[in-house]
Amino acid sequence: MTKRIVILGGGTGGTLTANRLHRHFRHHRIHDGSEDHAVEIVVVDQDDHHVYQPGLLFVPFGLSQPQEIVRPRKAQLLNGIEFVQQPIDRVETERDTVVLANGRELAYDVLVIATGVTLALDETEGLTGPGWNEKVFTFYDLAGATALETALADFEGGRLVVNVVDMPIKCPVAPLEFCFLADWYFTDRGIREKVEITFATPLDGAFTKPVAAAALGSLLDEKGIHLVTEFNTGEVVMDDDGAAGKLVGFDGREVPFDLAVVIPMHSGADYVGRSEGLGDDLNFVPTDKRTLQTSAKTNVFALGDATNVPTSKAGSVTHFEGEVLVENIIRFLGHKELDSTYDGHANCFIETGFSKALLIDFNYDTEPLPGHFPAAVGMPLLKETRMNHLGKLMFQWVYWHALLPGRDIPGIGADMPRRGKDLPKSVPDTQGAST
Amino acid sequence: MSTTTFAGTPVEVNEEGFFLDPNAWTKEMAIEMATTDGIDELTDQHWTVINFMRKEYFEKGTGPTVRVLGKASGVSVKDLYLLFPKGPAKMAARIAGIPKPKGCI
Repeated sequence: MTKRIVILGGGTGGTLTANRLHRHFRHHRIHDGSEDHAVEIVVVDQDDHHVYQPGLLFVPFGLSQPQEIVRPRKAQLLNGIEFVQQPIDRVETERDTVVLANGRELAYDVLVIATGVTLALDETEGLTGPGWNEKVFTFYDLAGATALETALADFEGGRLVVNVVDMPIKCPVAPLEFCFLADWYFTDRGIREKVEITFATPLDGAFTKPVAAAALGSLLDEKGIHLVTEFNTGEVVMDDDGAAGKLVGFDGREVPFDLAVVIPMHSGADYVGRSEGLGDDLNFVPTDKRTLQTSAKTNVFALGDATNVPTSKAGSVTHFEGEVLVENIIRFLGHKELDSTYDGHANCFIETGFSKALLIDFNYDTEPLPGHFPAAVGMPLLKETRMNHLGKLMFQWVYWHALLPGRDIPGIGADMPRRGKDLPKSVPDTQGAST
Repeated sequence: MSTTTFAGTPVEVNEEGFFLDPNAWTKEMAIEMATTDGIDELTDQHWTVINFMRKEYFEKGTGPTVRVLGKASGVSVKDLYLLFPKGPAKMAARIAGIPKPKGCI
């Protein structure tokens, strides 16, 4: 008999998991007592457009073309993996079945949730009202990033406000990178002194982790970008003439703008909310942060942005989780204990403009620290260099050709490397550090 | 970490005034802390929020964020800010005697 693994979502996590599982199971069968099983893998997604999401940051500045960062999802899956293009209606974990929007039912032995997040635009009053995609934009999807390119090109001066409505968001550094790139972009156009850039965040600093928050905070300072902290956006209000508007905080504070770039609230996928016992209040899937097994049922696993795992929602996290997840699924199907554990490893390049970037590397227990990655000789950590910028640009090739196909990338593994980092004598436990 | 006295009982709190041991909390302490924070009277709505926060903390190990409070406590985010003007998640967590909500990373 064949065992079936159904993977919901054909993005970073779903694709690399499918390909890694396929590489394993095309050479191995599952031995289950007297029986021997082959494994089939099915990936479900509602569309066939795989967006290289780190590229969205560059589109508004004309540094990436929209068509360069989109490829068909199906083409990223190895031959032998079935791709089903259909919205998901719900998961019925009691019956081990996924029900698709067209009524088709997919029974599974193991389910992987990799459907990422959904932008919850409706949760902020006035966000998609008058001015939306004219004076108020987001670059967190392809349509928004593309529309913003035109608006930035037409912008001749005034108040540019970059606002994070609430955490969690994908890639928590991206809004800061947007500020840095905007500073560079307007400098390059010779109108920087006519543009006031403000970053309004619900956090109490520039970033979530103390050492990195201090480093990034001083970069904002150096670049003349204003920082407004603990700002919880309640409403977006446009002036009567529609030329400008303001963000109004729940505490009554106001941040006026001529152009607003808003990172909206994030939720898990809608079908999670329709699936009994699968998600939390925000449709994220409660997941064991070490084994990546969900609390819904033992044969349901999750990775990436879709989970409630306490680390950044980022492609690198998904990548590192994928290695652990695949090992644990193989163990689960072989009736073995799940002993592969994820340490919370995250790694990201932070574009700082003027062809430079920072690199940060951290996990559940160790916050981003200075030093080098992946060892004493390597890319500088928490320091602006051209080398890190080139690393960021090169990563797009690595993404399509090594990460998604599920090949191991030399020097970049699931466990966070400690060598090369300037570790304090006793590393404080920053696990669950408050924001 | 330091020791402070609420409603006549010494309690250990962190540098931001959050309880180290949520079990040391009593309703009388909440009333006293609220008064210090400028809330003259804890209304039924205040108590709905405080009780919800404690329930969430004991079930999930962390207090809820404002957004989860707004969705699940039965009090809207706008009203939450009227009830706890200094920021509902932090202020209500402190008055409810639970650690500062971890929020998101």
